Amino acid sequence: MARNVLVVGEFSEGEPSTTTHELLGAASRLSDGGAVGVTLLGSGASGAAAATFPAGAGKAFTNDDAEYDVFRSDQWLIAVLAAVEQSSPDVILIAQSTAGRELAPRLAFRLDTAAAMDCTMVQDEGGALQVTRPAYGGNALATYSFASSPAVATVRAKSQDPIAPNAGATGESVALPGVGESRTTVIGREKVEAEGLQIQDAAVVVSGGRGLGSPEGFELVEALAAAIGKDKAAVGASRAACDLGWYPPSQQVGLTGKVVTPDLYIAVAISGASQHMAGCSGSKTIIAINKDSEANIFKSARFGIVGDYKQVLPPLIEAIKAAK
Amino acid sequence: MHLVVCAKQIPDPETPPSAFKIDPAKNEVIPAPGIALVLSQFDGIAAEAALRIKEAAGDTKITVISMGAESAQQAIKQVLAMGADEGVLLQDPAFDKGDPHTTAKVLTAAIKKLGDVDAVFCGRQAADWDWGVAGILIAEGLGWPVSIIAKGVTLEDGKVRVQRVIEDGYETVDLPLPAVVTVSNEFGEPRYPKLQQIMQAARKTVTTWKAADLGLDPGEVGAAGARLKLERLYVPEKEGKAEIMQGDTPAEQAQQLVAKLQAAKIL
Ligand SMILES: Cc1cc2nc3c(=O)[nH]c(=O)nc-3n(C[C@H](O)[C@H](O)[C@H](O)COP(=O)(O)OP(=O)(O)OC[C@H]3O[C@@H](n4cnc5c(N)ncnc54)[C@H](O)[C@@H]3O)c2cc1C
Repeated sequence: MARNVLVVGEFSEGEPSTTTHELLGAASRLSDGGAVGVTLLGSGASGAAAATFPAGAGKAFTNDDAEYDVFRSDQWLIAVLAAVEQSSPDVILIAQSTAGRELAPRLAFRLDTAAAMDCTMVQDEGGALQVTRPAYGGNALATYSFASSPAVATVRAKSQDPIAPNAGATGESVALPGVGESRTTVIGREKVEAEGLQIQDAAVVVSGGRGLGSPEGFELVEALAAAIGKDKAAVGASRAACDLGWYPPSQQVGLTGKVVTPDLYIAVAISGASQHMAGCSGSKTIIAINKDSEANIFKSARFGIVGDYKQVLPPLIEAIKAAK
Repeated sequence: MHLVVCAKQIPDPETPPSAFKIDPAKNEVIPAPGIALVLSQFDGIAAEAALRIKEAAGDTKITVISMGAESAQQAIKQVLAMGADEGVLLQDPAFDKGDPHTTAKVLTAAIKKLGDVDAVFCGRQAADWDWGVAGILIAEGLGWPVSIIAKGVTLEDGKVRVQRVIEDGYETVDLPLPAVVTVSNEFGEPRYPKLQQIMQAARKTVTTWKAADLGLDPGEVGAAGARLKLERLYVPEKEGKAEIMQGDTPAEQAQQLVAKLQAAKIL
């Protein structure tokens, strides 16, 4: 069944985000001959539009106003509603991002419909849209259909494949009208992310948990990441470790932290709670180092070492260095 | 001032995955034996945020509201023991099996009925279904501004100042009152009530409101009003077991692991 799909895009420095590419991929598959539109808000939007056409968009709704560079949901909401007005979507796909988490429910409310959050599957089921999302911290998956239209869904990063780029594809750009009022005022921003390679981008993520016993435990975890390579490996943490103040919350992996999908994920002294696994189960290979052979993490890991990390990590660091 | 805290009672979210079971015929979680019903963690933190504002501002009433079964009285009492003043339980069979939108509709109607509310505090998400939308939908229903996933909340000259967790750090945002804020674990731990406070809370009255008390039509809430239809609830399949390195010493195990990773072309 042909559907019109609208994607709320995000971009930086003129490039649509990876997730926007993924959403456009999902939108193309769902559209089945219907129109795929994308909204792009902020300085450089009309430039970024060109890059969304090979990724699956047919029409880009843009506004280059720098007011949009900082997300304020009141303003974004008005702009996206204008694009909805012009494109009559059956489905609206939004990233499960800082912006998307707040925008999607508000949009659903205004359109007198419903929003399904953090979906990992969006698919056609006999002509009707169905979405699947993790619930109970990832212990369960829940599949929903919509009894109202349009269907609004936020989609988890890295859960959808982009389409193979359709080189040379062109589309239409439509300028959205001016910027609306915002009741909220953004006073300032503080960056607290680790320097260098980010965990979402790293080929290898080494994470430490509460079982490290102290913040000093992260020194060994960092040494392991450094042995693998500063350009390859980044350090993450479980929420328990972050809540204890042992590692910055920006490095938290999991349901309420970041979703990572590296080639290799090494979980050190992490029990493998479903909420943690929600952030790393998409990794190609998981290695667990844990002193408890019954720990849940060993159910998801391909390789494991049962032992005290203080004894295991130093020889592991040496063995990795020697193997290079 | 009058602050509202929304609180939900849920099965302990740290239930070991092995104890987590679903009844596929009913699309429902089977309550695991010995797993306690608890106050959703983030709601306890939202209560903490409201209490700190009360302490700083003085002359403030905190009302805790919960939609749920009779047992949700416990969640309400817990927030009362922390220091909230009044509790309201929103309980009606008509509220059952709804979606987040119908839940928000009920909570919004209750806040409207309370009348003179200045700010609403919710957890960033309920730690069972993990939707993360109730606070936002309440704000929409009331026509108030909202800020979500707060790690800090203060009140200054009729404005709420929120430190909102974003992907690469945090952002400071001002909202005019009345407003809704959802609070995250980065805020810090909720206080632990003292025995005397628990005893006092036991004596505080909890009012119960039904759909009719809120002027809600049973057809617009619960299963009848839901727009998201749960088709299937299931436990995802987990791949088997890890291959455990069998060496006698940590050094041997480490060497084995590196050899395996090299053989699999992972390192
Ligand atoms: C709604 C919700 C959202 C959540 N979101 C997240 C999230 O995003 N990310 C997240 O991580 N968690 C999240 N959690 C928390 C999650 O449920 C767990 O509590 C948390 O992941 C546990 O962290 P941990 O594995 O480090 O600690 P623990 O569960 O305490 O595990 C520590 C492990 O270390 C092992 N250990 C101890 N000492 C040693 C040693 N010397 N050597 C080797 N191993 C040792 C132990 O055997 C144990 O397995 C969330 C919870 C809820 C309810």
